[in-house]
Amino acid sequence: MSEPNPLAGTPRRTRDQVADLHFMDARYKLLDLAAFLDRLEKASGPEDHRVRGLRAALPLLLQSGDDRVAQILHLWSDPSVAPIEKADTKAASGVWPGLK
Amino acid sequence: MRYIEPHGHMVSRTTDDYQAMALAGCAAICEPAFWAGFDRKTADGFYDYFCQLTQHEPKRAAKYGLPHYCWLCINPKESEDMKLADDVLALIPEFLKAKTVLGIGEIGLNKNTRNEMLILEKHVELAVKYDQLILVHTPHLEDKRKGTRLIMDVLKAAGKVKPERVIIDHVEEHTIGEVLDQGFWAGITLYPESKATPVRAVDMLENFASQRVWLNSACDWGHSDPLAVPKAMQEMRRRGHSAAAIDSLVYGNPVGFLSQSPNFKDPQALR
Repeated sequence: MSEPNPLAGTPRRTRDQVADLHFMDARYKLLDLAAFLDRLEKASGPEDHRVRGLRAALPLLLQSGDDRVAQILHLWSDPSVAPIEKADTKAASGVWPGLK
Repeated sequence: MRYIEPHGHMVSRTTDDYQAMALAGCAAICEPAFWAGFDRKTADGFYDYFCQLTQHEPKRAAKYGLPHYCWLCINPKESEDMKLADDVLALIPEFLKAKTVLGIGEIGLNKNTRNEMLILEKHVELAVKYDQLILVHTPHLEDKRKGTRLIMDVLKAAGKVKPERVIIDHVEEHTIGEVLDQGFWAGITLYPESKATPVRAVDMLENFASQRVWLNSACDWGHSDPLAVPKAMQEMRRRGHSAAAIDSLVYGNPVGFLSQSPNFKDPQALR
């Protein structure tokens, strides 16, 4: 991969400044995720493959590094390389169904 | 502040959206052909759609002072019906004569099937034959990485495609690097849920790349936001980016790419 060519003049920020801008947004999204998992807890039936993928991604949030989004998207991606013969749906689910 | 909406499905939007976009600083709109939410059964249906894109929609946009351009194709979701796809492909050359057509798009893949690949290859051949720009749709969600790679393989295999005349749209954090590395332009689509949010888009720009990149809303009949680009501009302002940097990204970049088509006129020059 080539060298990054980021937006010129991107201001350097302290962590406080980033938190001032985006903490409340992240806070409500985390609470929404917690509420979603609570809702699943009360529901019956086997685990959906999408939820399995979501749970598999959670440990990546606690790792160090600055590419968590890319790591999660790679985790959820279809790893095959050849075209398929025919699709049985037009839709994508959000997580590759074969993810263990 | 001014901006270009390089990818908006305005046939799905109300005139109120044209009004809101004009008020937000939009200077021109470009509309790729896409899936209507259901499978059309006949080439005649596409003929009417292409008339709508090349004749009717520019008039609707003009009422709000907005130049309207379009791209033509049959989208990958309808490519499984090869006979229909071939019939639609045969219609396109006639419509390429319209003065507001920018190229072939949005072509690409949806579920990465063999038939989708064959129709993609035919679209690429058509673009090469008529010296047209190409706008690529990459698949959704878990199909995106694989599909993006397959699409780039098709474009490279065609031999005569110049990467700088192709924009590969709907990139995300796991695909933008490969797209730019291979010399293509990359489009970041701003959606409320799928694809990228304005906040993530600005992260990508800050962390990775700001050249050969455009932002678009891809507003359509689904959950989408015709003001997503101005909202990303607001996010850049919030983070302290200069007016010049924002203008270069949301106006200069799309004008730079689109001006490779002789039909596109820089809105600044029209005023």
